[in-house]
Amino acid sequence: MSATTAAATSSFAGRDPAVAAALNRRRRIVDGLVRWLCIIATAIGLFFLASILLTLIVRGVSSISLITFTTEFRPTTYGEPDAETGGLYHAIMGTLMQTAIGTGIGTPIGLLVGTYLAEYARNSALGNAVRFVSDVLLSAPSILVGLFVYQLVVLPMGGFSGIAGGAALAILVIPVVVRTTEDMLQLIPNTLREAVVGLGAPKWKMVTLVCWRAALSGIVTGILLATARITGETAPLLLTSFGNNVTSFDLGSAMASLPIAIYQQANSGFPDLIDIAWAGALIVTFGVLAINIVARLLLAGRK
Amino acid sequence: MSDTTHAPASPPAMRRTIGSTGDTIFEWLCRGAGLFVLLLLGAIILTLFIGGLPAFREFGVQFIWSSDWNPVEGRESYGALVPILGTIITSILAIMLGVPVAFGIAFFLTELAPPWLRQPIGTAIELLAAVPSIIFGMWGLFVLVPFVQTYIQLPFGETLGALPLIGGIFESNNFAGTSIFAASMVLAIMILPFIAATMRDVFNQVPPVYKESAYGLGATRWEVMTGVVLPYTRISVVGGIMLGLGRALGETMAVTFVIGNANRLAGSLFDPSTTIASVVAMEFPESLMGSLKQSSLLALGFLLFFISFVVLAVSRWLLRSRLK
Repeated sequence: MSATTAAATSSFAGRDPAVAAALNRRRRIVDGLVRWLCIIATAIGLFFLASILLTLIVRGVSSISLITFTTEFRPTTYGEPDAETGGLYHAIMGTLMQTAIGTGIGTPIGLLVGTYLAEYARNSALGNAVRFVSDVLLSAPSILVGLFVYQLVVLPMGGFSGIAGGAALAILVIPVVVRTTEDMLQLIPNTLREAVVGLGAPKWKMVTLVCWRAALSGIVTGILLATARITGETAPLLLTSFGNNVTSFDLGSAMASLPIAIYQQANSGFPDLIDIAWAGALIVTFGVLAINIVARLLLAGRK
Repeated sequence: MSDTTHAPASPPAMRRTIGSTGDTIFEWLCRGAGLFVLLLLGAIILTLFIGGLPAFREFGVQFIWSSDWNPVEGRESYGALVPILGTIITSILAIMLGVPVAFGIAFFLTELAPPWLRQPIGTAIELLAAVPSIIFGMWGLFVLVPFVQTYIQLPFGETLGALPLIGGIFESNNFAGTSIFAASMVLAIMILPFIAATMRDVFNQVPPVYKESAYGLGATRWEVMTGVVLPYTRISVVGGIMLGLGRALGETMAVTFVIGNANRLAGSLFDPSTTIASVVAMEFPESLMGSLKQSSLLALGFLLFFISFVVLAVSRWLLRSRLK
């Protein structure tokens, strides 16, 4: 039995069965080694995610309290126990307002662009150019959007403002919504479109009443992902709404936001302010991850 | 025969005129939004260029290779060399650190992992991409920087620092711990999920028949990867790496936290330096409206836009087959 196998192997590998066996063993070893390296690589990736989340939970949970949500910024207590600690109310309000403005302005534009790419310009030169530019904007450095809005809005208005922050965030929303809207509309079978047109409906009704509705969960996913992205954006806000230590609902003046409050308090050097920064980091991260998970579930429910 | 084609033609003709007004409006609304996006990109380039014009005029081409950064009035002189070098070195180092790990994850998720494990691990890696950059910065400053200083900077300085010629790269007297290497490491972790996800998607696009044929010939999984999957997907893989590079070049907050923001040429990987994005974030909000400093920062922004636009355009071009 073993003699026949050896003979068969030797006729395949050349002459020497020992060489063939050695070669075979080396191939197995390399394969096993690579397998373990890949497992380690995956473990490294998961380890960093776990490390970030654990650090946030450990440092954030110990410093978060109701005060964090109801009080605005207070200067450091210098460790005095009876001094009042501050919170992030001003920053939470600012982030909610600017995110709402950004999503509110960016979504309709992104939706229309995505519709244009999927329904009107699948293969036209203009469509390809728009698709290309939108994809570049998707990964373009967000701080440059901040510089752009600074030149365009802050400079003429003569100062930092919440509306400038909202405008910068809107520019970041557009490419995300474009990408998902186009992808989702392209998944709709053409027979559905033909059925609608066959009933005599004009194209705009086909798009708005049928295609958008069929792709609704996908489009909402895109909007949620865009909202999650701008909720954590810091760099463009630094150059547009700048940050503010008091609660302000005035869109015409500098406005606080969670990421900027985190940035400023984390770098303040005072332990009590750094604690508040960790609390803010916990709020932002879990807010963003929660929106992401909802968006994914929405898309998964569709399939 | 001709009756049947003519008869229904007249009533829909009326309906079509009603619908066509709406159609025209809606189509132009969509096209207008598309044109707006094109205009947006043009406007960003133009405003950055116009804003940087006074600095380009003042310093000329010298701006790009001058390492000056002197805001003292009367002796103001600004150059882009330090931030440009910082941007390129941190990004390339991040790619060198991140790509092997990303490849390992993609290989694990497509070939090695049992099917029930692929979805949860893939989602976890994608969630890493959703973590805001300021969180990476804070975690980097309070967790990664002390680690890098104790376990990487010191041993590297003691061992590799003794090497002739290149030893200085690994030796540093920097006590703060914020350094080019720390920034590269944070960047590597941040771009990891983007590269891994792109690689996983392109690996999954290899027709199963190709892989099955190789397995049928007795190839191991590693041989299928190097002999079948990588040759089939190499262009898209490079595209994915370029996408990561494009992201690393423009990353701002995470880098600002951990690079030390020192506008001088660094002799060592463990010295503090700065990048274009972080020098803009640090100095722009404090600069005076219309000052030469502000214009220099806008000029830096223009250069960053140019660099990342080229990288992202190449990335998209390489990934075009995947996007179709």
